[in-house]
Amino acid sequence: MRCVVLALALICAAMVGGCSEGVLDPKGPIASAERLIMLNSLGIMLAIVIPTILATLGTAFWFRASNTRARYMPDFAYSGRLELLVWSIPIMTVILVGGVTWIGSYDLDPPKPIASAEKPVRVQVVALDWKWLFIYPDHGIAAVNQLTIPVDTPISFELTSSGVMNSFFVPQLGGQIYTMAGMVTRLYLKADHPGTYRGISANYSGAGFSDMYFKVDAVPAEKFAQWVAATRTNGSVLDAQSYAALAKPSQAVTPFTYRAVAPDLFNGILSNVGSVVQSGDPLCFASVVSQRAEK
Amino acid sequence: MSLAVAVSDVNEDAFVPASEAGPAPKRIVVAFGFWVFLLSDIVMFSVLFAAYAVLVRATAGGPSGAQLFNQVSVAVQTACLLISSYTCGMMSLAVSARQRFNTYIFALVTFVLGAAFLYLEVHEFASMIARGAAPQRSAFLSAFFTVVGCHGLHVTAGLIWLAVMMAQVAFKGFRPSVDRRLLCFALFWHALDIIWVWLFTAVYLMGIRL
Amino acid sequence: MNLLGKLTWSAIPFDQPIIMGASGGMILGILAVVAWVTLKGYVPYLWNEWLTSVDHKRIGVMYIVLALLMLLRGFSDAIMMRAQQAVAAGGAQGYLPPEHFDQIFSAHGTIMIFFVAMPFIIGLMNFVVPLQLGIRDVAFPTLNSVSLWLTASGILLTNISLVVGEFAKTGWVAYPPLSELQFSPGVGVDYYLWSLQISGVGTLLTGINFVTTILKTRAPGMGYMRMPVFCWTALASNLMIVAVFPILTATFAMLLLDRYLGFHFFSVDAGGNAMMYVNLFWMWGHPEVYILVLPAFGVYSEVSATFSGKPLFGYRSMVAATMVICVLSMMVWLHHFFTMGASASVNAVFGVASMIIGVPTGVKIFNWLFTMYGGRVRFTVPVLWAIGFMVTFVLGGLTGVLLAVPPVDWQVHNSLFLVAHFHHVIIPGVVFGVFAGYMYWFPKAFGFTLDESWGRRAFWCWFIGFHVSFMPLYVVGLMGMTRRLQHYDVVSWQPWLIVAAAGVVIIFAGVICQIMQFAVSIRHREQLRDVTGDPWNGRTLEWSTASPPPAWNFAFLPRVAGRDAYWIQKTLARAKQVQPAPRRKYEPIEVPKNTPTGFVNAFFAVVTGFALIWHIWWMAALGAVGGFVTFLVFAFREEEEVEIPAETIARFDRAHPAEVAL
Repeated sequence: MRCVVLALALICAAMVGGCSEGVLDPKGPIASAERLIMLNSLGIMLAIVIPTILATLGTAFWFRASNTRARYMPDFAYSGRLELLVWSIPIMTVILVGGVTWIGSYDLDPPKPIASAEKPVRVQVVALDWKWLFIYPDHGIAAVNQLTIPVDTPISFELTSSGVMNSFFVPQLGGQIYTMAGMVTRLYLKADHPGTYRGISANYSGAGFSDMYFKVDAVPAEKFAQWVAATRTNGSVLDAQSYAALAKPSQAVTPFTYRAVAPDLFNGILSNVGSVVQSGDPLCFASVVSQRAEK
Repeated sequence: MSLAVAVSDVNEDAFVPASEAGPAPKRIVVAFGFWVFLLSDIVMFSVLFAAYAVLVRATAGGPSGAQLFNQVSVAVQTACLLISSYTCGMMSLAVSARQRFNTYIFALVTFVLGAAFLYLEVHEFASMIARGAAPQRSAFLSAFFTVVGCHGLHVTAGLIWLAVMMAQVAFKGFRPSVDRRLLCFALFWHALDIIWVWLFTAVYLMGIRL
Repeated sequence: MNLLGKLTWSAIPFDQPIIMGASGGMILGILAVVAWVTLKGYVPYLWNEWLTSVDHKRIGVMYIVLALLMLLRGFSDAIMMRAQQAVAAGGAQGYLPPEHFDQIFSAHGTIMIFFVAMPFIIGLMNFVVPLQLGIRDVAFPTLNSVSLWLTASGILLTNISLVVGEFAKTGWVAYPPLSELQFSPGVGVDYYLWSLQISGVGTLLTGINFVTTILKTRAPGMGYMRMPVFCWTALASNLMIVAVFPILTATFAMLLLDRYLGFHFFSVDAGGNAMMYVNLFWMWGHPEVYILVLPAFGVYSEVSATFSGKPLFGYRSMVAATMVICVLSMMVWLHHFFTMGASASVNAVFGVASMIIGVPTGVKIFNWLFTMYGGRVRFTVPVLWAIGFMVTFVLGGLTGVLLAVPPVDWQVHNSLFLVAHFHHVIIPGVVFGVFAGYMYWFPKAFGFTLDESWGRRAFWCWFIGFHVSFMPLYVVGLMGMTRRLQHYDVVSWQPWLIVAAAGVVIIFAGVICQIMQFAVSIRHREQLRDVTGDPWNGRTLEWSTASPPPAWNFAFLPRVAGRDAYWIQKTLARAKQVQPAPRRKYEPIEVPKNTPTGFVNAFFAVVTGFALIWHIWWMAALGAVGGFVTFLVFAFREEEEVEIPAETIARFDRAHPAEVAL
């Protein structure tokens, strides 16, 4: 009994503790909606789970062998009404939570655009060993391990990987999505409040995985424009050669930016992963799929 | 293995449902168990079929099924296997009739047909590899070689099994344990036929249209 | 031409003190046991009575011994992981470098699922199912021995990886492309794959064996609706083994072809599709959860009915719920990767389907509750495990349903919230269940009960330790901590991880209590002796035999008149409605002859597996030929059964008069 109380207390503590950061402290519409669904589902289920726990403990305690006041019914093994009850309670719970699920799955489908007056900012994401490359195709710039986005503007992500699967995740802005070599996943996110949020890879990808996180700077639109302008003025250019160098495995990479990006680099990465190397191909990507050396 | 115990004092007159009749005879138990194994084997093949279906278009610039498959050779293979199933059935009849000579003859024919099937398959594989269509070339070819090769490995295992069984008939004669094993072999051989029919349809017939 | 393939002295990690210490201890332990057994002259007994035994009871016991040993190994991994994450915050790197930490979490998952939970469950089924069905052995006793030893081969290979080479650094799911040769060039993934292939064949054969046993060989009168619920759950579990283990075998075979022969099933190039592996893996992986948990549910059903002094409430509902779970569990695999980017419709369908499994599971919880209702609940240790399970598991199920909601899953997938969730269902669901079963059936296996007070201590340590360990993981999961981090920069997570590490210490105390319980019980076995064969006032047929039962289980196959067959027999006998059975004439019983086939085959399986891992082709061929020759020798043996004379059986029965001889 004490332990159950302890458990519940810890779960409550989880709610409180988790509110200061992470998924329970959303900073965007997607994350807020997802938190709401989580809390709704939790509420529906706790309404049935807590009474069940109490009933279990109460029944076991009252019908203990030493309690002479409890009625012994050695043949009580079937009751149509109770059977109806035990099937209908979970069915009704599942109908409720299932409804929440069904609606939520469509409403919050990751590739579904976020309605907004602002034109979405496009970001192409490439998960590398073990860092994140963010390409801004409309601005012609790129950044590593640092994602700068304007607030109140939907961000349209297209994501892929240079080799191993990772998962792009900014807990305070919305749900994660896998990045897979040779495939594109799509995700829309939006930040409502300026701030710096933590972004991570949420799928284990090898030795350098622990340091594969990035900083998300959500800034007002004018500051974003300033950042774009500033980025364009310094740093190197991201083309096939520098991408090949970047794609080599490295860990705990300090964020930096590229002032320019070769056009269509993202599609090159995508379509050239693993296709047969053709000599003279300027985007000779197959060879830069990160190859890990044997230790 | 003493499950089939004679229950002497069961009241024979009373109606007893099959599920309450007590342990089944050994032959039933063995055949049933082997059926369950065959089902699990079919599950394994279905995974390979699924993989083939997923990867059939993933030729990575390499040759496709339409360019590779030789319908004549495959038709001969099919004929070999189907006829061997028939001769395998004849062998089972000979076993039931305790005809040792006929058992050997039909076993031999079954073996030769199975070996011919295998020869044609190996030949097909070798010619494909010689033309640069090795399983390392593309995901499609990996899946093709695996699903067809897995069936071929089963046929090989079947041939070895058949040879061992003929040795058992020779040395141990027809006794219940040998009978049961021959029964299982026949089930196995027919199951390989069924799988081949699916394989022929899904890989070779549908494959040339892609 | 290198005769030893990739194997060189550098494969042994002499520079790693932790590994060398652990493996040195393990080797010394094994040597000590071997020396003790040899010096005491137990080798012939061990060989004749155990290692070559085809008796389902002994095979069951050996499975459980394997599981308990591997529990210690898997738990050591857990201790190391929790300790690492408790210290590696901020700039600290902890004491385990990534290449070691990554092996530990991969080994922990693999060992706990395949080599602890599976053998424990299969061991209980082996011991209990034939006794409950009122028969003398499983359908294929020699095959059963082969299954056991193939499982042991997989276990041995995994443990060899500790000393020679390395284990996988890919997580226990070994997702490609990470597990492809390109990204994991070492032998770790090969150890993982071959260990699981070999033990997987053993598991598949067990599944075939038990499906046949339960469907085809039951005592006269034991209709389907009279089978004990544990047998029903065993049937469901084994049906799932037969249906899904071939998927795992085929999937691993494809990954092996990729790694060994350069095929392109899951590679990043030449059209390979890594997500196909993920799908196939979970088509096996999700049913696997229910393969483990359903027999544990069966244990809870037996325990709650026996110790409430009542039949199980809603037997038909329980059977229906079990079979519904069996079928549904194969239709929900996609909920393990809602983050793949599938369409909204796919996510919604699989999300709702996953929740529907909650319905039969909820029914089971309520039925156990009503089983206690109106009973006289004796709070023995198995009942403590059962009640501890019920109150804990509903919360674990709750977080499971949360994870089945795709929008919630996107937020907590792969986080420590997920880790907390599946430990929250597997530890109360499976581990508490097998511990309850271990306590419950121990007297049947060995003739004396286990000490209660140490059992209680173990329970409370486990119960409290579990909550202290895993509740904080929910918190850090919600705070955004993903799983498998060797170190992390967010210091606010650290206090929670220190609490979790403290919880592991409490669980460790529980493990110590269990070891104490075992030792104390052996010491006091004369006081704890069970002379009746029925120490708990049981309801099912296993309690109608002597403890431990003779090799032939039943001198006469029992005649089953209804559900809870033994309870009916006892009730009738007590009411003197039937006379004690007239003295029947004992007949000789044929039992299958012991054979070293399983053991020898396992030896060759280890040789072949090891050779394939290290690319020592001649040795692999030799091992394969050896296995085939062993099989031939078995197939041509003349004597398949031995006859136990009627005299022996009669003498045994005279020596055990306390059983109700009906």
